[in-house]
Amino acid sequence: MIPEFGHFALILALCLSVLLCTVPLWGAWRGNATAMALAPNLAIGILVFSAISFACLTWAFLQDDFSVQVVANNSNSLLPWYYKFSAVWGNHEGSLLLWILILALWTCAVAVFSPQLPLLMLSRVLAVMGFVGVGFMAFSLFTSNPFARLLPGTPMDGQDLNPLLQDFGLIIHPPLLYMGYVGFSVAFAFAIAALLGGRLDAAWARWSRPWTNVAWAFLTLGIMLGSWWAYYELGWGGWWFWDPVENASFMPWLAGTALIHSLAATEKRGLFKSWTVLLAIFAFSLSLLGTFLVRSGVLTSVHAFATDPARGLFILVFLGIVVGGSLILYALRAPAVSSRVGFAWLSRETLLLVNNVVFLVATLTVLFGTLFPLLMDALGQGKYSVGPPYFNAVFVPLMALLMPFMGIGPVSRWKQDSASRWRAELLVPAIATVVCALTLPLLHDGDYNLWVALAILLAGWVVFGMLRDLANRVRNASSLGTGLRRLALSYWGMFVAHIGFAVTVIGVVVTSQFNIEHDLKMSPGASDTIAGYEFRFLDVRGVQGPNYVADEARFIVYRDGREVVRLAPQKRRYLASGDVMTEAAIDDGFFRDLFVAMGEPVGTDGAWAIRLHYKPFVRWMWGGSVLMALGGFMTVADKRYRRQRSVARDTLRQGEVRGAQA
Amino acid sequence: MAPRLKLFLPLILFLVLAAFLFRGLSLDPMAMPSALIDQPLPDFQLTALADDRPLSRADVIGEPALFNVWATWCISCRVEHPYLQQLADSGVPIYGINYKDEDTAARRWLRDLGDPYRANIVDREGTLGVDLGVYGAPETYLVDADGVIRYRHVGVIDERVWRDTLEPLWREVLALETTP
Repeated sequence: MIPEFGHFALILALCLSVLLCTVPLWGAWRGNATAMALAPNLAIGILVFSAISFACLTWAFLQDDFSVQVVANNSNSLLPWYYKFSAVWGNHEGSLLLWILILALWTCAVAVFSPQLPLLMLSRVLAVMGFVGVGFMAFSLFTSNPFARLLPGTPMDGQDLNPLLQDFGLIIHPPLLYMGYVGFSVAFAFAIAALLGGRLDAAWARWSRPWTNVAWAFLTLGIMLGSWWAYYELGWGGWWFWDPVENASFMPWLAGTALIHSLAATEKRGLFKSWTVLLAIFAFSLSLLGTFLVRSGVLTSVHAFATDPARGLFILVFLGIVVGGSLILYALRAPAVSSRVGFAWLSRETLLLVNNVVFLVATLTVLFGTLFPLLMDALGQGKYSVGPPYFNAVFVPLMALLMPFMGIGPVSRWKQDSASRWRAELLVPAIATVVCALTLPLLHDGDYNLWVALAILLAGWVVFGMLRDLANRVRNASSLGTGLRRLALSYWGMFVAHIGFAVTVIGVVVTSQFNIEHDLKMSPGASDTIAGYEFRFLDVRGVQGPNYVADEARFIVYRDGREVVRLAPQKRRYLASGDVMTEAAIDDGFFRDLFVAMGEPVGTDGAWAIRLHYKPFVRWMWGGSVLMALGGFMTVADKRYRRQRSVARDTLRQGEVRGAQA
Repeated sequence: MAPRLKLFLPLILFLVLAAFLFRGLSLDPMAMPSALIDQPLPDFQLTALADDRPLSRADVIGEPALFNVWATWCISCRVEHPYLQQLADSGVPIYGINYKDEDTAARRWLRDLGDPYRANIVDREGTLGVDLGVYGAPETYLVDADGVIRYRHVGVIDERVWRDTLEPLWREVLALETTP
């Protein structure tokens, strides 16, 4: 009964979404305030019914209701309750319902937290989001109903969740990723609403900026978690594979990064308006494209959902309507004349433009590489696969090109700046950077590594440039403390995010260059030394988990004769599916990770194929990403946006009073 | 170009992309054309996994059979293994090509998980794999009674793959054999 209830709630949510994307738009067109004012209420209603629907599916999972098909296929009575919970979105149907719930959350958040928006704008924004909701709810109900029953013929027990997904990282990775993906629909909705209204101005950019920053920050966290999960769960110590599914989440991130910078120029200077709108459409289109690629089966991937061409066709048609429609609107309504606001070549505007060009080119090269196998196949040119060599060859130089400009960015001025001022400002940072780049790689014993030196040069330039700017800003304050406190949160957001980017770059380059990996056959009692760490293999014993049995190897790691850590990697066999999984054991540290994974047993004397890794600075990569996300969240807490809200509340109240008088 | 026309550029690019995506829906990225379709199974001089007896092409042809490329390092092979067992139990002869693997691990695998194979060709160096153009494990070849490769499937064989693609071909090959 409960699943039918959830099904019904989803149908109601669809009905409300249909109302949301029609009635307020009609109201906006006819100037009917009552119809427009319906939009926020509908948004709340959609959230309520989506949440009920989601709760019903969750209940079915937690209660082991194997008469529901997705539960039978993706859960098992032995599964611990938290994995039963995350199994809700560990499959195509359930993850789509999560997507719908998150879209409803964002829609409702826009409705609730935007009292400063004129009703006309708000109703249009919500209507656009309602339309996106209609698409996804219809997709869910017509092609991938999560509440479909297996009656009669209910299995005794479920087929279990894919063991790869039985992991803490996978509990939170999809929700965060979807928060990011779907969050770009807000920026998209604002762009479409602005095009509909024919008003692209600084106010529009100011409204959509905080939403875009939050969405971007969530997406950053989501991608970071995905990479972290791949690192410790897939068992071969890699953290980024340029797999189509990874690229599907990375492309909206790249476009979103361009968007948040372009929005800054639009808000502060009224520049690049058409461009910013296009980027907003682009970022969300890539989110939709990602959905299409992951769920349609047009590309092969190591971790795609069960795919089905019928679903692919549905998303493609929806993609065509949303993206095609918005691009037609863009072509007809975007201001064709370049804005009259000018800027000199040496100015912050130019640097932001460089950012935009680099990130756009990066997005397009990743898009091209991802779709290349499909393009060649469609043209009858045969089968290709595009791997890391291509992506690294184009992506790494692009980021290296970006960073010199990124260092200048914060100290630069809007409108017009001068090379001599840049020289004066950045001379000290430049010297400090060069000194760091020359000396820091020496700390690593072994050869002087040029790539690492280059990474330190670029990252140091960004960091010292940022610090220089900070010093300038606090120079006139009475004390350092008051100076730092006086800085706006939006500034701190940028500061933290840019430092985070530099940290990530250091992490990526150092771990790629200094990573040591030994694949060897080890018998109990044997030991192997990498980077000064001696891994001693004690023994293998059988252990029993809640829904698996495992061989667990015990290792003790020594350094200079002293015990550092005990590691216990496992080779698990899950009972329900029979799947065998490698569970790596990792000792994480600020400067290095030690990683042990078990391969297959070799021979009959108890020897195993063992993989040992020494991964320096690998945490920096994820730590930097967390900083980037943190920066994104900080900008939103800025007073500027809060002030808007309180002002708006006052005007709203006045409006009410006036309404009452009339 | 007039400024307004320039704004149509993104739309045009999108339409081109959408056309490709639409075409992509009807293509199977897993389908691997093989240069060896309708070519004889390549000759080889290898050994059998069970008893190290020499094994060559002549030993394994003569009746229609499936040739399944597998290895213990291949997770997907483990996934398809129970289904292969089911096929073997229903009377479909399957030969294994144990591809770039350790003999002991492979024997252990067959002991633990069951052995659906008529015999296993030990292709430790992957030489037969090179001749066949093996793309990755698992891969399965349908070979007729004359030792001619009729079909190649890349990836896991499951109920759906068997029912939709392999079984019709299999029946065709069997019918050819009975009505010469």
